[in-house]
Amino acid sequence: MPSMEMAFKIGGEAGQGVESSGAGFAKALVRAGWHVFGMQDYYSRIRGGHNFYQIRVSDRPVYAHVESVDLLLALTQEAVDRHCGEIVEGGGVICEECLEVDCASLDQRDVSYFPVPLTDIAQEHGGAEVMRNTAALGAAAGLVHFPFEVMVSVIEDNFAKKGAEAVQVNLRVAESAYKYAREQFADKFPYRLGRVDGAPPRMILNGNQALSLGALLGGCKFVAGYPMTPATSILQWMATHGERYGVVVKHTEDEIAAILMIIGAAHVGARAMAPTSGGGFSLMNEGLGLAGITETPIVIVEAQRPGPATGLATRTEQGDLLFVLHASQGEFPRIVLSPGSIEECFEAGWRAFNLAEKYQCPVIVLSDNFLANSVRSIEVGALDFAGVQIDRGQLLTKEELDALEGEYLRYAYMESGVSPRALPGHPRAVFQATGNEHTPDGHLTEEIETRRLQVEKRLKKLDSAREEIRGPVLYGPKKAEVTLVGWGSTYGPLREAVDMLNAEGGRANMLHIRDVWPFPAKAMREALSKARRKVMVEGNATGQMAHLLEAYTGVKLDHHVRRYDGRPLSPQYILERLEEVHHG
Amino acid sequence: MVEFQDYQSPVRPTWCEGCGDYGIWNALKFALSELDLAPHEVLMVTGIGCGSKTPDYTHVNGLHTLHGRSLPAATGARLANHGMKVLCVHGDGDGYGMGLGHMMHAARRNMDITDVVQNNRVYGLTKGQYSPTSPEGFVTKTSPQGAIDHPVNPWALALAAGATFIGRGFPADLRHLVEVLKKAILHRGYALVDVLQPCVSFNRGYAYEYYQPRVYKVDEEPGYDTTDRAGAWQRAQEWGDRIPIGILYQVEGTPTYEDQVAVLRGGPLVDQDFREWTDDDFEKLTAEFV
Repeated sequence: MPSMEMAFKIGGEAGQGVESSGAGFAKALVRAGWHVFGMQDYYSRIRGGHNFYQIRVSDRPVYAHVESVDLLLALTQEAVDRHCGEIVEGGGVICEECLEVDCASLDQRDVSYFPVPLTDIAQEHGGAEVMRNTAALGAAAGLVHFPFEVMVSVIEDNFAKKGAEAVQVNLRVAESAYKYAREQFADKFPYRLGRVDGAPPRMILNGNQALSLGALLGGCKFVAGYPMTPATSILQWMATHGERYGVVVKHTEDEIAAILMIIGAAHVGARAMAPTSGGGFSLMNEGLGLAGITETPIVIVEAQRPGPATGLATRTEQGDLLFVLHASQGEFPRIVLSPGSIEECFEAGWRAFNLAEKYQCPVIVLSDNFLANSVRSIEVGALDFAGVQIDRGQLLTKEELDALEGEYLRYAYMESGVSPRALPGHPRAVFQATGNEHTPDGHLTEEIETRRLQVEKRLKKLDSAREEIRGPVLYGPKKAEVTLVGWGSTYGPLREAVDMLNAEGGRANMLHIRDVWPFPAKAMREALSKARRKVMVEGNATGQMAHLLEAYTGVKLDHHVRRYDGRPLSPQYILERLEEVHHG
Repeated sequence: MVEFQDYQSPVRPTWCEGCGDYGIWNALKFALSELDLAPHEVLMVTGIGCGSKTPDYTHVNGLHTLHGRSLPAATGARLANHGMKVLCVHGDGDGYGMGLGHMMHAARRNMDITDVVQNNRVYGLTKGQYSPTSPEGFVTKTSPQGAIDHPVNPWALALAAGATFIGRGFPADLRHLVEVLKKAILHRGYALVDVLQPCVSFNRGYAYEYYQPRVYKVDEEPGYDTTDRAGAWQRAQEWGDRIPIGILYQVEGTPTYEDQVAVLRGGPLVDQDFREWTDDDFEKLTAEFV
């Protein structure tokens, strides 16, 4: 068991800076050498509602959030009411005296109450009530003896854009609250978060950021998209970095325009990507098929959220798996990746472009809100920037086209299904790409034999791609009593659930599916053949991956753990459901 | 020198005899060759419909997309390779129906795209339904009691959206259409060319005999100023006994969208090599997250 671990929860209204201050504190903890996992939970509104940010900090790597809270920072009555019950024995709550707290109930559970005059401190030292969040974090830091100079460095970075005055007032507010909490209460609270000696330098980032980094280093030149939670931050990150690194970013009129723009850009030769969520992807369906039949290499990031329609706009689900596999009319090859960690998001970001260009087909990276927006600390260097490779597949060079004899056939029949690709602009390779069925030279046709051959040619690419689709990741002992199977964002929670089961004397392992399509049937069949009790864990109501897995491997799963209330799977949630399975 | 013949393809059109698309097709080939643009320097992006099959019958780079969606595809192509001349060619159902929203956005962005709309005021390929430009009361298979919808006014819409070039042609006056197309292609920015395209199979009432006595060249009218937006707005309302063709409006010197994208100042995106990443880049990218 870890020698030191604790979970903070900062709860308040939208507009109170819950997310930004939470992210800032998470960064401070990482700078002090701690491992951190941070997760936001918010409503789809600009002001009001109830939001919280959870930071799990540990002296060992952490991969998921926890359901319990050690220290609650409640900025509103609702935060008190909702989260006091989650505080563990020996934990505490920081809030203003004016909020109603059921002290008797807290006492019973040995939870400490730390009233701090956050508003007074914010007004006295900062001149504005809005700095209550800074005061709350300062108090939390003081309570756990967190090195204040690290807080200073993060406040300086975070408020630098707003000017020296903003930095100074926030520093005064934080320092005052820090001193107050430390002097008044620190001896009543046993948790200590000092500096971790000898910790290597770490970075902290979320799935969207890792994916954006991967795409950027992988030669992404064009991004088109329409803001939609939880994919918006990819569009924004690319927009912020585009000018420096040579990426054209277009905020489009809608997602139909977004996919058509990336098709246009990819057709003429730019590596192009469109980030979206299920609703936007719905609008992209017809375009997806156009990319399929014109064999245009495009990358779509589909960061899932619960549907249908608007569903739960700011929450998480894995409900679009079968949708992305079958989206758009007709049959054509596509490749679907389902990264599950920050590292896998980074890799998917650049690998998707290589797969798209090698197989001249759309590639969909399937993420979700939990993965997209949760931050995790990793060592600097864990993302292998220098190791990113660019493979453009069978792309004809200018020299090859200069030497071309005879007519260029964009859709020539090839054993692999992949025809050598020319970009428009060369006099020897003037051709048409069309969404109608076509002859090898790109002209419209309805001939029986040509249709049959072109369908087969396109589908053959899937057989070729299957060779480099990767099987599942095994975590835990090779032989186990129970095998937990998951995909995408279940990676972190499942990994921790496996550790917890094994720490309790069980024998559990995990199979994590990271490449979804073409389905790695052979590898999955082999991996599952050694498994005893097989439990499928996924974030949807109907067991979409279970369906695929059983259909393509013939293996029968024993149990299912599913979550579809919009909240992410946590290790505790999984273990509780396993208990039910065990006893039920 | 580029010749008309350079655009000839062995594939023959499947259009009806007498279709206005023949004239538009020839006018496009004349305009492009007379401007000395070679087929490999041009990308013709089309939607779905009879006229959208134009690149199939033309030796030119073609991207035959989806119904109503040629403008965003053309926009992506221009942003990735602004060294290429990009034309959209599509019908009125495509351009003014499903694609109307995209037209508004392409116009307000001033994308350097020549947007040629083969406007026959009916759906031909699906065999006779009323279109966004069909007149009120127009009886078709989907409007058996006569269309109730008011027709869209492409010129007024383009003007409202901020188009910097708005023109119209009539394929029976081929030389005039060629000249309008040439000016549109040379125009830096979004250029709409609405073409009165007779459909001899499904819209005989609005074919050659209807337009011939009515059309007149607006920009040849004494005192007409193609840079006067208010005057253009007035003239855009004119439709009936007199139907204006020619150049309704042109304003030069407005920066295109492409002009204003900083990354594109380094040349067409597709000609820019992949970045040689340096340790300094890696440090900067890492520093954001530390």
